[in-house]
Amino acid sequence: MTEPANNLQKIRKSLSRRNRSEQRFRWYGRLAIFIGLAAVSVLFTDIVSKGHGAFRITYLQLEVDYDQSAIGVDNLGDPKQLVQGDWQAIPKLALRKQFPDVSGRSDKRKLYGLVSNGAGFDLKDRLIANPLLLGERETVWLLADDDIDTYYKSWLDGEPYAARLSDKQVTWIAELHDQGKIRLQFNSNLFTRGDSREPEQAGIRGAVMGSLFTLLLTLILSFPIGVAAAIYLEEFAPKNGWTDFIEVNINNLAAVPSIIFGLLGLAIFINFFHIPRSVPIVGGLVLTLMTLPTIIITSRAAIKSVPPSIREAALGMGASKYQMVLHHVLPLALPGMLTGAIIGMAQALGESAPLLMIGMVAFIVDIPGGFSDPATVLPVQIFLWADSPERAFIEKTSAAIMILLSFLIIMNTSAVWLRKRLERRW
Amino acid sequence: MNAIERASPALAAKSDAKQNLEVADNQVTVGQSFTDAPKMTMRNVNVFYDDKQAIHDVSVDISKNEVIAMIGPSGCGKSTFLRSLNRMNDTVESCRVEGEICMDGENLYAPKLDVVELRARVGMVFQKPNPFPKSIYDNVAYGPKIHGLADTRVDLDEIVENSLRKASLWEEVKERLHQSGTGLSGGQQQRLCIARAIAVSPEVILMDEPCSALDPIATAKIEELIEELSQNFTIAIVTHSMQQAARVSHRTAYFHLGRLIEVNPTEQVFTMPEHELTEAYITGRFG
Repeated sequence: MTEPANNLQKIRKSLSRRNRSEQRFRWYGRLAIFIGLAAVSVLFTDIVSKGHGAFRITYLQLEVDYDQSAIGVDNLGDPKQLVQGDWQAIPKLALRKQFPDVSGRSDKRKLYGLVSNGAGFDLKDRLIANPLLLGERETVWLLADDDIDTYYKSWLDGEPYAARLSDKQVTWIAELHDQGKIRLQFNSNLFTRGDSREPEQAGIRGAVMGSLFTLLLTLILSFPIGVAAAIYLEEFAPKNGWTDFIEVNINNLAAVPSIIFGLLGLAIFINFFHIPRSVPIVGGLVLTLMTLPTIIITSRAAIKSVPPSIREAALGMGASKYQMVLHHVLPLALPGMLTGAIIGMAQALGESAPLLMIGMVAFIVDIPGGFSDPATVLPVQIFLWADSPERAFIEKTSAAIMILLSFLIIMNTSAVWLRKRLERRW
Repeated sequence: MNAIERASPALAAKSDAKQNLEVADNQVTVGQSFTDAPKMTMRNVNVFYDDKQAIHDVSVDISKNEVIAMIGPSGCGKSTFLRSLNRMNDTVESCRVEGEICMDGENLYAPKLDVVELRARVGMVFQKPNPFPKSIYDNVAYGPKIHGLADTRVDLDEIVENSLRKASLWEEVKERLHQSGTGLSGGQQQRLCIARAIAVSPEVILMDEPCSALDPIATAKIEELIEELSQNFTIAIVTHSMQQAARVSHRTAYFHLGRLIEVNPTEQVFTMPEHELTEAYITGRFG
C-alpha cells in the first residue's frame, strides 16, 4: 500500500498529463472541422465566382423596324408565313441602321454576329403577342451573341477577353457602350428555356423539369415500397436464415455502384420491356432501384428506435399487431422515415452515372411536359455543359451547379427541419 | 433495481451453500395453492426460453376479486409467469409455454383463442410507466376505441372520465385532458396506465412491478388504488417489495428459481411461513 499523500501527488501529476492530452484532442477536432469548412468554402467560392456571371447576360439596344417585306410576312395568322419568314432580317436591318458605315460581306457578317441568332425568333414571339406592331418601329433590347457577352463581361471587369472577336467588333461594342446601348440584364432565359447549342440561349428549365419528373416517380415508387419492406422485415417477418439473407443483400445493394443500376435499367427496362430511352419513366425506375436500399435501411432504423415499451403497451391493451404498427410504431417512426426518404431523394437528384446508361444524356431542347417526354436531368446537364467547347458555357456550368446545390441544400435543410418538427418525446 | 437485488445472486448462492436451501427437482408447492371458485387456473405450467427452463411445473389458482402477490428473488421467474397469463410472452420468439392456463375454464393457449380478445379481458400494467405519446384523453380512449366499446363520443367521454376517476387521476388531469400523457410525473403516468388498462373493463389486471420506478408517495397512491380496484377486478401483482406485498395482497406466492415454493394468505406468509425458503427470503437472509 502506498501512502495517501504519495497517491495524491501521483494523481496530480497524471492529472496535468490527462488535461494536456484532452486539450490536444480538442485541437485535433477543431483542426478537422477547420479542414472540412475550408474545403467547402474553397468549393463554394470557386463555383460562385465562376458562376455568378451567368445570372446576368448582355443585351443590345436597337431600333427595329417590323418591316413586312423584309421579313416576308404580311399576315401573322398564317402559320406557313410564320415558319418561312426571315425573322433574323429584323435585327440585321436594325444593326445596319445603327452602324451605317459598315460595308463588305465579311464586315457585315461580323456586324450581324453582335446579336444572338435567336434574337429574330424573340422578336417573332413579341410580334405574335402584339400583332399591331407589324409595320411599326420600336426600340428594344436584344440578346447579344455569347462571344459578345463573354467579351463585354470581361471588359467590364477590366480584363478584356477578345480572342474570338475582331477589332471592328471591339470598336462597335465600345461605341454602343458609350451610347448606353449595351448593358447587362437579369438572365431570365437561364430559368425559362431548355438546352441550346448557343450558350446565350441555353437554359436549365428542361433539366429542372426532367429532374422533377424523374424524382417524382422515384419518390412515388421507392417510399411506399421501401417503408412497406422495412415494416414487414422489422415487425412481421420471422427471424430466420431467410430474413438474415435478405438483410445482408439489402445492405449489399446499398453499396452497389450506381452505374451498375444504370446497366441493369438499360438491360431490363429498355432492352427487355422496350420502354423508350431518355425518358423520366426509365430514369425514375432506375433511381428507385438505387434509392430503395437507402430508404429500407433508414426506415428500419427509425422503426427500431421506437421504444419497445410502446409496443408492449399497445399489445397489452389488446391491439392487434397491425394496429400496433399503424397506430403507434408508424407515427413515431415517420419523421425518421421521411428524413431517410429526403436524403435518398437528394442522392437521386445528384446522380448522373446510371442516367448516362439509359440515354438521359441526350441533347434535348424541348422542355419535357410529362413522364414519357425525352428529358435530361440537372447533374447530366452540368456534365453536358462542362463538356461544351464554348467559353460562355463555363459560367453556365457553374451556375447550373449552384442551382443543383441550392436544391440539395433545400432538401437537406427540410429533412433536418422535418425531423426537428415531428420529433416526439416519449 | 435496488442494491439488494443487484447483490442477490451472490447472496443467494452464499446462503444456499450455508443453509442448504437448494430446490429439489420434485419440489411441491406448499400451502393453499387452490381455491374453491377460481377465476384463473394454472396447471403444470412450464415456460422455456429456447432450451433454458424458466418456470418449472407451477400449479396455482387465482380466485375472483383477490389480489395475489408474487414475490421472490430476482430471476426467479415471477415476471415470466405473470406475462404468460395474458400471452405477452408470445412476442418473445424463443419463449415456449407448456401446461394449462385457463380463465373461467377456457384454455388461454387453445389454438382457436384470439390473443386480442384475451388481452382485452386480461389487462396489464408494466414496470416502467409507458403511456403512449398522445394526449391523456387518447391514452385512456385507445382501448375502448380499438375494441369498439363506445358507440358515441359521449359514451367515450364517460368511459374516459370513469376510468380516470377509478385510477384517482381525474382531479389532477381534468383541466388538461388534451395535453400529452408523457408530460405527467412518473406516478401520474403509472396511474394513467392503470386508467388505460381499466378503460376496457378487463376481468383480470396483471401488474408487473408497477411501483419499482416510483417514489414512496407515488407508490403509496398506487397501493391505495390497488386496494380500491380489488373490489371490481382480479389483480395479480409482481413485486420486489415485501412490504408492498404485505400491504396490498390477500394471498402471496413465493417463487424461487423458477419454482412456486409456497402460496398462502399474506398474513400467514409474513408471520408463519410454511417453507424454510420462504422464511429465509422474508427474513432477509437472501435477495
